Amino acid sequence: MTTLIEADHLTRYYGTHCAVNNVSFTLAKGEVLGFLGSNGAGKTTTMQMLCGNLAPSAGQITINGYDLLDQPKAAKLSLGYLPDTPPLYKELTVQEFLLYCAGLHGIAKNSVNAAIERAQERCGLTDVADRLIANLSKGFQQRVGIAQAILHNPEVIVLDEPTVGLDPIQIREIRDLIRELGQDHGVILSTHILTEVQESCTHVQIIDQGRLILNETIAGLNRQMDTGTLQVATRLAPDIDSLLTIPGVSSIESITANRIIIHHSVTANPAEQIAALIIASGSGLLELTPVKRSMEDIFISLTKEHRDL
Amino acid sequence: MSMILTIASREFRTLFLSPMAWTILAILQFILAFLFLTQVEAFTELQPKLATIEGAPGLTDIIVPPLFGNAGIILLLVTPLLTMRLICEERRNKTLALLLSAPVSNIDIILGKYLGILGLMLLIIGLITLMPLSLLSGAELDLGKLFANILGLLLLVTAFAAIGLFMSCIAGHPTVAAMGTFGALLLLWILDWSVGMNDHRSELFEYLSILRHFQNIQSGLISTVDVSYFVLFTAAFIALSIRRLDNDRLQK
Repeated sequence: MTTLIEADHLTRYYGTHCAVNNVSFTLAKGEVLGFLGSNGAGKTTTMQMLCGNLAPSAGQITINGYDLLDQPKAAKLSLGYLPDTPPLYKELTVQEFLLYCAGLHGIAKNSVNAAIERAQERCGLTDVADRLIANLSKGFQQRVGIAQAILHNPEVIVLDEPTVGLDPIQIREIRDLIRELGQDHGVILSTHILTEVQESCTHVQIIDQGRLILNETIAGLNRQMDTGTLQVATRLAPDIDSLLTIPGVSSIESITANRIIIHHSVTANPAEQIAALIIASGSGLLELTPVKRSMEDIFISLTKEHRDL
Repeated sequence: MSMILTIASREFRTLFLSPMAWTILAILQFILAFLFLTQVEAFTELQPKLATIEGAPGLTDIIVPPLFGNAGIILLLVTPLLTMRLICEERRNKTLALLLSAPVSNIDIILGKYLGILGLMLLIIGLITLMPLSLLSGAELDLGKLFANILGLLLLVTAFAAIGLFMSCIAGHPTVAAMGTFGALLLLWILDWSVGMNDHRSELFEYLSILRHFQNIQSGLISTVDVSYFVLFTAAFIALSIRRLDNDRLQK
């Protein structure tokens, strides 16, 4: 695993207001890192620092082995950035704009056309290549912004709220694109849409009031979502005493006669034995659902916990 | 270097995508052609009298310096409009992020922008120069003096564009940038007027006056003092622009 981004104790002040406070993380090739946070949590500030648009008050950023402060040109060569407002020259056509971006990123003359064609294809822009950017819809403009970020095939792609303003079909296409990009690049995306992180990321970070309060893989997050609770519905009232004897089951609550909630330890999942026992006893299993905390629950409980401290 | 040219050529071509550059070129050419023809008319009227005077001013003296002098004044009015959007509008449209996250240095960005706008200025000067050159078909010109005037106007617009670029870097709105550039240029232009009052002569003001240096070169006297004034002036404001752009990253 090659480390593409190393952010070390980043801090950023706006006057006396601390927007980002001592944030450290790394990103490796093949990872898609989701940056979650409520409005004003410091997501965009962090992204701007990663892309050299904003100098950190303290801390160090290394991109693909180059220090962003000491060797900015080398570091930025392996960087593609989509800011929260796509940086588009509205008076140019899509083709002209991408040609200019190719020039800025120093793409060799003989591979420019191939690079532009590929970016347009990936972002579904081939049909609108000759139209003025000003005349495109917001969704298409957003796609031009993404095309600009992936045009030079950078190792690191930073996307600030890439799916804002897109319709559901476009959102799904962009998520697929992000997953695809994640296979051979390192991708960071910021969002406040929680399902987006679940769908397209391998890692997740939650930032609140400038502090990093969670840094987890999606698998780890799924474990956190697992509360160790099963909801069971049966046709006849089940035999609660015999259910309690199953190893792993810690307690049982009855909601109605036919509907119970079983709490079990998180490490051992007794769902299979429970199902077998209910069927064997002939009470008729209708439903067996693991109860999960939603992303929202985790996000809210974590931010609340953090603010209470 | 190639980055500078990429930025410069986009800047130059974008100017022609809006009616701005075309309008300015057309109006400028129209007004200056009118002034040029007036001067030619004046010369043909004066010609019999001039022939009798020993060491009288020639065709070049009567036509070229007024033409280039007027061009200087008109460009003083026009330059703020051309330069106001350079950095200011990129910042407002948030397109500056594209340049800042690309592998180009702030020096590249500023020089690229500057050369882009200077390209248009050169085009304007080229079109102005064509007018006196057209006289070559029927008369003789003092080409040395013509060259001095071209050089003078060229140095003048490099200074105008540099201060315009700087104002565009510091202003939050293009109109403010234009006002700032216009104010600064006008002040530097009229600074010389106080020199007329003999008791209050200030050598500093005299040196700072942009008009005085321009007129010196226009008269055909190309001295290091005047040329270095423009070079220093331009370099100073370009350096300040680069500094200002660096500052963008540090504080917001």
